Amino acid sequence: MLLAVGSLTALGLGLGGLLGIAGRLLAVEENPLEAELQALLPGSQCGQCGFVGCAQAAAALARGEAAVTLCPPGGKAVAEQLAKRLGVRVDLSAHTKRVPAYAQIVEELCIGCTRCLKECSVDGIVGANKLMHTVVSEVCHGCGKCAAVCPTNGIRMIEIPDTLATWHWPKPAATDLSLSRRSPVETGMTPA
Amino acid sequence: MKLFPIRGGIHPEYRKELTGDCAIEALPLPSRLYIPLQQHIGVPAEVLVSEGDLVSKGQVIARRQGPVSVNQHAPTSGRVAAVTEISAPHPSGLHQPTIVIEPDGADAWGALAEPITDPFAVDAQTIEARVAECGIVGMGGAGFPSAVKLNLGIRHRIETLLINGAECEPYLTCDDRVMREHADEVIDGARIMAHALNAPKIVVAIEENKPQALAIMTAAAQAHPHLEVVAVPAKYPMGSERHLTLAITGRETPARKLTADLGVVVHNVATARAVHHAVRHGRPLVARVVTVSGQAMRTPKNVEAPIGATVSDLIAFCGGFAQRPERLVQGGPMMGALLPGTDVPVVKSTSGILALTAEEINDRRADPCVRCGSCVAICACGLVPVEIAAHIRHDDLDGAARLGLMDCVSCGSCSWVCPSHIPLVHYFNYAKGALNAQERERRKSERTKTLVEARAARVERIAAQRAANLARKPKVVAATEEVGA
Amino acid sequence: MIGESPTRSGPFAHTANTVQRTMFMVLLALLPATLFNLYLFGWPAILLFAVTVGACVVAEAACLVLAGKPVSATLSDGSAILTGWLLAMTLPPWAPWWIGVLGAMFAIPLAKHAFGGLGQNLFNPAMVARVALLVSFPVVMTAWVAPHPLFTTGSPTLHEAMTITFAGETPDGVTAATALGYVKTELSRGVPVSESLQEYGRSSVLTYAPDLMDLATGFKPGSLGETSAGLILLGGIFLLWRRVITWHIPVMMIGTLFFMGTLFNAFDPTRFAPGFFHILSGSAILGAFFIATDYVTSPVTQKGQLVFGFGVGLLTWTIRTFAGYPEGMAFAVLLMNSLTPIIDQYTRPRMFGRTRKGEPLPVEGQR
Repeated sequence: MLLAVGSLTALGLGLGGLLGIAGRLLAVEENPLEAELQALLPGSQCGQCGFVGCAQAAAALARGEAAVTLCPPGGKAVAEQLAKRLGVRVDLSAHTKRVPAYAQIVEELCIGCTRCLKECSVDGIVGANKLMHTVVSEVCHGCGKCAAVCPTNGIRMIEIPDTLATWHWPKPAATDLSLSRRSPVETGMTPA
Repeated sequence: MKLFPIRGGIHPEYRKELTGDCAIEALPLPSRLYIPLQQHIGVPAEVLVSEGDLVSKGQVIARRQGPVSVNQHAPTSGRVAAVTEISAPHPSGLHQPTIVIEPDGADAWGALAEPITDPFAVDAQTIEARVAECGIVGMGGAGFPSAVKLNLGIRHRIETLLINGAECEPYLTCDDRVMREHADEVIDGARIMAHALNAPKIVVAIEENKPQALAIMTAAAQAHPHLEVVAVPAKYPMGSERHLTLAITGRETPARKLTADLGVVVHNVATARAVHHAVRHGRPLVARVVTVSGQAMRTPKNVEAPIGATVSDLIAFCGGFAQRPERLVQGGPMMGALLPGTDVPVVKSTSGILALTAEEINDRRADPCVRCGSCVAICACGLVPVEIAAHIRHDDLDGAARLGLMDCVSCGSCSWVCPSHIPLVHYFNYAKGALNAQERERRKSERTKTLVEARAARVERIAAQRAANLARKPKVVAATEEVGA
Repeated sequence: MIGESPTRSGPFAHTANTVQRTMFMVLLALLPATLFNLYLFGWPAILLFAVTVGACVVAEAACLVLAGKPVSATLSDGSAILTGWLLAMTLPPWAPWWIGVLGAMFAIPLAKHAFGGLGQNLFNPAMVARVALLVSFPVVMTAWVAPHPLFTTGSPTLHEAMTITFAGETPDGVTAATALGYVKTELSRGVPVSESLQEYGRSSVLTYAPDLMDLATGFKPGSLGETSAGLILLGGIFLLWRRVITWHIPVMMIGTLFFMGTLFNAFDPTRFAPGFFHILSGSAILGAFFIATDYVTSPVTQKGQLVFGFGVGLLTWTIRTFAGYPEGMAFAVLLMNSLTPIIDQYTRPRMFGRTRKGEPLPVEGQR
C-alpha cells in the first residue's frame, strides 16, 4: 500500500517536474500570431478595414476583436486563410470572390483636384493641380480609395481581364468522385 | 546504339494508320489568313503593318520584342484587311491581336534574306540571327523560339543535338511524313543547327512504329558519319524532351535544369526543316504540315497549310466531318488543347487538328478512386498522381507542390490509365495555373508593400521637416497659429 | 462551339479499362475455384454462398440509399459482390445462414461505408468481417467439414442442406479439422509436426492419403477458399496475365511464407511445418492473389507493395506458428492494412531529375 502510494507520488512528481522544466526550456518567447496574421494581409495599408494599417488590423484579429472578413481587398481568399490560421469557422458563401481591378480616370470628368493623388497609398496616380490625372495601372492594387474621394465620380474600377498569359483551367467540379482518403487535409480542417 | 529505359509510360491506341500513308498535300490558298501576334512562348510581336497595307509573301508584319519572341511574316502576298482581335486557338477562346490578310492569289515572295550558301563557314551568331529573323519556333507543339535554343551553345558545351522524330502522340503523322518526304532537308537543317551549337554529334530519334521514316532517314544519313538515326521503343511519352534525352544518353536532366546542362539540345524534325529553309533559301516560317485526323473527319490528311489558315479551311479541305465530333482538338490527343471553335487559325505550333468521336475519347463520369496504383506505376516522372490530386482537391496546393506537382510534364498518361476516369491532369493543370497566379499576386503585393513603405517614409519625412520648420519660426507666429487652430 | 463546353482539359484518349471491368475480372478469376468448391461441399455451401453475397449486395444498396449516393450506378461496380464472394470463401462451408448475414453487416456498413464507401476504407471489408466473426463465434467459425461432393453418397440433399444452413443443425460426425488446425492442436498436445502431418492423413475423417497433391487440388476440409489451392492459383495467374494485379504482393507474400517455413523447418522439423505445407494450406494462395492485392487497402507504389507482401507473409507465418489461431492470413492482412498509409508515405518513387530526398540531381561536369 505505502509502496504503491509512494511510487505513484514519486512518478507524479518526477513527471510534473519534467513538464515544468520542459515548459521553461522550450518556452516560446512571444506570441507569433500577430506577425503571422500580418503576413497574410495584403499589406497595402489601405485602411478599408477601419484600422490605420495592416499591422493594427492584425493585432485586432489576434486579440479576437475583429472578424476574419475584415479585409475587402483580400476578399474571400484572405478571409479563408485568416479563418484557417485562427481556427475559426466562418460562412464565406456571401463573400464573393474578389475580382482584381484597377482604377481608371474618366478624362472628361477629371477636374485636377489632386484629392485622389493624396489618397493613393502606392503613389499610383500621377498629375498636378488643375491638370488631368492618370492612374499607373500596373501599380494600382485596386483598393478603390481614390474612387471614393473623387468629387466628380470620375474614377471607375475596371476588372482586370483574363489574358492568354494568366488564364488557367478552373478546378474540376467536385462531383461524386472521391480521391484518396488519409491525407491530413481530409479531416475537415479546411472550411467547406 | 545502346538505349536506356525510361520509367513508366503507356501504350495508347496510336491510330496513326488514319494518316500514315497520306502524302503531304498543300492547302489551296484560303480567302483570308489570320496571323496572331503570339504563336509562341514569350512576348507577343509588335505590329508593323496597318489596314490596307500591301504585303508580299515572307514580309515581316510583326517585329519580335526582346529575345524570347519571334517575328511574324506574311504567309502569302496580299492586302492587310484588318488588325483586330480574334479568338485564339486556345481552350479559353480568349481574343488576341491578330493580323488579317486577304491574299491576292499571286502568292509572290517578296525580297528575302540572302541565302547562306555555305552555312558551315559562317559563325553561330549568323545562323542564330537568321533563325530568329525567320520566326522559327519549336514545331513539336511547345512553340518555344528556336533561336533561343540555338543560343545554348554559347553558355553550354553541347555534345549532342537530338532531333526528335519520336512523334509519340497518337494520330499525328506530320513529322513522320516530313521525314519520309523531306529527309534531306531535315538532315541538312539538323547539320546546320549542330554547327550553330558546336555539337559534334547528331542523333535522330524515331519511334520504331515508323519503319519507313527510319529506313529513309537512315539512308539519307549515310553520308554523314557524325549523324546517327536511332529507333526508340514506341511508348508514350517517349517524345518528351527530358525522357528522350534519358533514353538516348542514359542521363537524367536534373529538376529545374535544361537538357543543355547535360550537353544535349533537342529540336523537332519539322523545326530542323524550317531551319534548312531559313538558312539555305532565306525563307521565313510561313507554312507547316498539319495532321488532320480523327474518326469524325471524312478524309484524314496531312496538309501543308499556310500559317493563319483557319481550322475550318482545313476541315473543308478534308471533306468536312463524317459525323459530329465530340471534341475538336489541336495537337495530339494526349497533350493537345481543346479548340474553342473552327474559326481559329493554324499557328506555328499546331501539329494536328483532330475531330474525335465520343468512342475515341472514351471519357466517362469519374468514379471513386480505388487506389489501384496504375497512375503511380506509369508516371514517367516518378510522381504519385493520386496523392497530388487529393491535395489539390482539398485546396492544399502547397502540399501538391511538395509532392512534385511542378515536375509534372502534363503528359496525360495518368488520366489515360485511370480506371476510375478521374481527370487527374485537369487537377494538375488547374493547380499549376493557380500556383502561378498566386505567385504573380504575391509579387504584385510585394511591390505594393514596397511602394506603400516608400510613401509612408516620405510622408513622415515631410511631416518631420514641417515640424522642424515650424520650430525655427518666430514664437509669435506659432502662437497665432495655435490660436488659429 | 463543338461538343460541350470545355469543362475538362486533356487527354482526349482513355483506356478501355474501368473499375467495373476490373471487378468483373477478379470475379471471373475466382469462378473456377468457387464452382469446384461449391461442388465439393454441396448444397449447404451453395446456400451459404448465396446468402452471404446477397446480404452484402442488400447491405451495400441500403448504405447507398442512406448516404444519398446513386444506387444502381454504384452497385454495378461489383465491389459489394466481390466482398461478399471473398467473405463466403473464407467461411466454414456448412456454417449457418446468420454467419453470412452478420458477416455482411460487418463488411459493408462497418468496414466500408463507415469510412466513406468504395475506395475510402482502411481495412479489407471481407477480412474485417471474417476476423470479427472468428473472434465472436469461435466454435461456429471453426466447424470445418470434410468434402462431401455433390451427387455422391453422404452429400446432403437440398432439403437437408436447408436444415443445415437455416436451422443450424449440423449432422454429427462430419466435422473435421483443417490441416493447419490439426497440426496446431496436435503440437499443443506434444505431437511433433512431422508426425501429425503424417497422422492427419490417417485420421478417420479422411479416407485417402493427404499429400501435397491433395492440399493443392482441394480434397481436404476447409473453407471454400482454402481448398484447391491449384484452381485459386490458376485464377491468380489469370489476373496477372490480364494485368489486373501486379506480381509484387503475391510473389513477396508467398515467397516470404515459403522462406520462413522452409528455414525454420530445416532447424526443427518437429516444431515447424515445412514451407510447401504453409503455402498450400489455409488461405495462403487466396490471400496472396485475391485478398492482400485488394487495391483499396494495399499500397499504391510498387515498392510499397513489396513491403506489404513481405509483411503479410511474415505475419501470417508468425501467427500460424506462434499465436493461438491456426490460420493468420486474415489478421496479417488487417495488420498490414493499417500500415498501408505509412508504407505509401515512405515508398514514394524517386521523382525524375531528383534525388530520393527530392533535391534536384547535381549537374555533372558542365561548365
